[in-house]
Amino acid sequence: MKKLPRNQLDSLFAALSGLQKLYIPSDDASGQAKFTVYEPGMTLTKNLNTVRSAKDLFFPQVENLMGFKVTGKQLELIETRDVTEPFVLFGVRACDCRSFEILDKVFLAEPVDTYYQTRRENGLIVSMACTRPEETCFCAAFDIDPAAPAGDVSCWMDEENLYWQANTEKGETLTAGLSMLADCDAEAVESQQAATREIMQKLPLASLDLSAFGAGKTKELFSRPEWNQLSEACLGCGTCTFVCPTCQCYDIQEFNNGKTVRRFRCWDSCMYSDFTRMSAGQPRPTQLERFRQRFMHKLVYFPDNNKGCFSCVGCGRCLAKCPIHMNIVKVIKTLGEGTK
Amino acid sequence: MQRVKEKAIELLTSGAVDRVLGWRAGEFFYDLTPAVFTSAEEVEKDFVYSVFSGANLSKYLIAESRKGGKVAVFLKPCDSYSFVQLLKEHRIWRENVYAVGVQCGGMCDAEKLKEAGASGLTSVREDGETLIAETIYGEVCVEKDKALLGKCQVCKSKKIVCFDELIGEQGEEIPDNHRFDEVAKLEAMTAEERFAFWRGELSRCIRCNACRNVCPACSCEKCVFDNHDLGTDNKAAADSFEENMFHIIRAFHVASRCTDCGECSRVCPQHIPLHLLNRKFIKDINELYGEYQAGADFETKPPLMDFTKGDCEPSVVYERGGANA
Amino acid sequence: MRQDPLIPMIGQVTNIRVDTPDVKTFRVVGLDGKKPFVHIPGQCAMLSIPGVGEALFSITSSPTEPDFIEFSIKKCGCVTAWLHAMEPGQQVTIRGPYGNGFPVDTDFAGKDLLFIAGGIGLAPLHSVINYCRHYRSRYGKIDIVYGSRSKQDLVDFEEILNVWCKEDGINVHLTIDREQPDWDGHVGFVPNYVKELGFDTNKTVVMCGPPVMIKFTLAGLMELGFAREQVYTTMELKMKCALGKCGRCNIGSKYVCKDGPVFRFDQLDALPDEY
Repeated sequence: MKKLPRNQLDSLFAALSGLQKLYIPSDDASGQAKFTVYEPGMTLTKNLNTVRSAKDLFFPQVENLMGFKVTGKQLELIETRDVTEPFVLFGVRACDCRSFEILDKVFLAEPVDTYYQTRRENGLIVSMACTRPEETCFCAAFDIDPAAPAGDVSCWMDEENLYWQANTEKGETLTAGLSMLADCDAEAVESQQAATREIMQKLPLASLDLSAFGAGKTKELFSRPEWNQLSEACLGCGTCTFVCPTCQCYDIQEFNNGKTVRRFRCWDSCMYSDFTRMSAGQPRPTQLERFRQRFMHKLVYFPDNNKGCFSCVGCGRCLAKCPIHMNIVKVIKTLGEGTK
Repeated sequence: MQRVKEKAIELLTSGAVDRVLGWRAGEFFYDLTPAVFTSAEEVEKDFVYSVFSGANLSKYLIAESRKGGKVAVFLKPCDSYSFVQLLKEHRIWRENVYAVGVQCGGMCDAEKLKEAGASGLTSVREDGETLIAETIYGEVCVEKDKALLGKCQVCKSKKIVCFDELIGEQGEEIPDNHRFDEVAKLEAMTAEERFAFWRGELSRCIRCNACRNVCPACSCEKCVFDNHDLGTDNKAAADSFEENMFHIIRAFHVASRCTDCGECSRVCPQHIPLHLLNRKFIKDINELYGEYQAGADFETKPPLMDFTKGDCEPSVVYERGGANA
Repeated sequence: MRQDPLIPMIGQVTNIRVDTPDVKTFRVVGLDGKKPFVHIPGQCAMLSIPGVGEALFSITSSPTEPDFIEFSIKKCGCVTAWLHAMEPGQQVTIRGPYGNGFPVDTDFAGKDLLFIAGGIGLAPLHSVINYCRHYRSRYGKIDIVYGSRSKQDLVDFEEILNVWCKEDGINVHLTIDREQPDWDGHVGFVPNYVKELGFDTNKTVVMCGPPVMIKFTLAGLMELGFAREQVYTTMELKMKCALGKCGRCNIGSKYVCKDGPVFRFDQLDALPDEY
């Protein structure tokens, strides 16, 4: 383990951004945190987490796929793939770290999505342990320990120091180039971890029970009458989807300037009415079916296809951001209690 | 506030209404969800009217009033303007609605409490003009003013413009509300500064459509931005400038029908001050066509949907725009 | 250009055949003039006209067709309208093949086969039927029940009359919804016709057509004593990637694009009723 006095964080950021493009969670004009390209003078946010999750860096909201030159009846493929360079993503929380594993199960499964794959290969993740979880946090329900985040490098921070632990070869290589880091023991980190884990026990959602969910639960859950009440106020917006670190549905659209056509993909939401609408029909005609799809996917269908792994990391973003305060925790509790 | 809940129980118990549209308790004290209650027991268990009942329920009446039976709704003063505007647009079936006006001392925003340092919220209590927030990290005191929703900080009216029954006192309009101060600040900027301001703010947009979907003035059966048959559907634009246009087009579309209920800014996950676009239109309309408040009455027509000989000439708008630029 | 499964190849439409007033069959080859890829009957491919859109279509031609692939496409939306308006020589993009396809070399082998199709539902079955005809000795008796609104709406009518009907061991039963002057064949809806014909249950059934036809024909087959495990169909839902990633074509935990489009009814029974 290594450490660096907190008042020298700038020198670390300067060194990292000298090596590669560096993103740190920093406050935007609205005072909310966002992963932003580091520039000298920029400071780390005091907010627990970013509004938009770290998935943005690997699965951006809009991404060019390819282009076509159209001449009469002739077509020509044009390379429009965004150039991705190696980058360091600093300050990723344990929940978002887990989200990469979940996104990998989709995008890196055969046939591999090479747009995502390229960004994953280029990205180096420096995680940051939590010390002040919020009431909306429930990562522990998914066996995530916010005091021991994953990543190529794990970091902890207390009043005096930043602690730095490389976990992967990529992380070791990066560490070797950072001369300002000094060796230290793990004592301070361990005591911080113990304190955080104690706080975790006290969180209001600490005992969230997922036993009613998981692989093979479709029959029990799909036709439950509670979906009615849970979905009745849903606005059908995409807020939950777009702030979610594990939502990965996308649409493919085109921009046609008359000579060339740019085909791009963009985030899509199963909460949107046009998500499944075809000229031939609409299998999810009301918000109830769309709402149910989102939660069934996270809590049953995804586990069905991925050895029981839920597609939620308990980051609490949807709890904070849903305009009508409906969210996965209310779904879990309402359906879970009805099951008992 | 207990009287609101009692009223809901009374209306359901007496059979005066079949359903009650209100706010359902959440996991925490602040995460209330708009909800339809069908029994007194359900109301007893889950109904909450508190300083976190900020959600405007009037738009839900478009669907609820068409379901048959009678539905009661609780309308705060600003919600009642949306209600009237929707009635004027024939979007709500009035005969199926029993409107209960409720007074409001300003609604709070949990995110503002957090910004003020109260992270890890577990409960809150009011002590005069102070909110005392209990958190897992200890107690935090926040002035209520600072925790108010943006729309409530510049409340335009405590008057409930339409109701079948009123709980508490009728209120008055608040002429001296300063709600155009921020617009005036933007007007005082140079065109370049203003452009930069909006480009910056709108750059945060994630196109979640929460602003549109919550907006009582956005009640089209099918939004132009969702219309694939027209070729105008647009889930994400090809470039960021086009992306920004979504909000500008939307502001144009609701101009003179927008009551300034502030829901767009309340729901924006990215804290974009979308209400300022609408307020700019309101201010302009006031100046060009005379004072107009959408949803304030049943008689007047929205200035942009009406033509009178006295309407200002387009050149006036042009010159004025030119002078401001 | 770095390859990706979303990046299509460019193909050329060499022939467009008018099948019915609203169905045309498009023959597609690669720019090298050769068949773009090898598929299994029942699989699909993504066709697109850049600037108009991309959509999934089932491949109508048999894999045994050495030189090209064909798509019979009904005009019903934006992309299909554009396809119907184009002329031979037009280049399109194509990627695939996608999906599981019919188990022609396993479950179907050695079995008597009953194909039931309605309208454009013949398109995916056409591929299987011609595959089975090509490897005739691998299969038992073949029955084909095909119905459409009118004689003019029967897709591949020429081929049915001149090829299928003339082959030994293949029984073709055609029907149209309403009487018309130049038709002396059966008149009536497919579900009733299937019951009238009263097939023995020692068969594997492959069915494709409009939802209402599927529903009533399936009920009819059950009455005749067929088990749901014997009946296959092919599904269609909105798709964008066809790779099991874009997230919209699922029925429960199954994705139509990669786990389907071919399902047996006992498999569909295990999924939520949302299609």
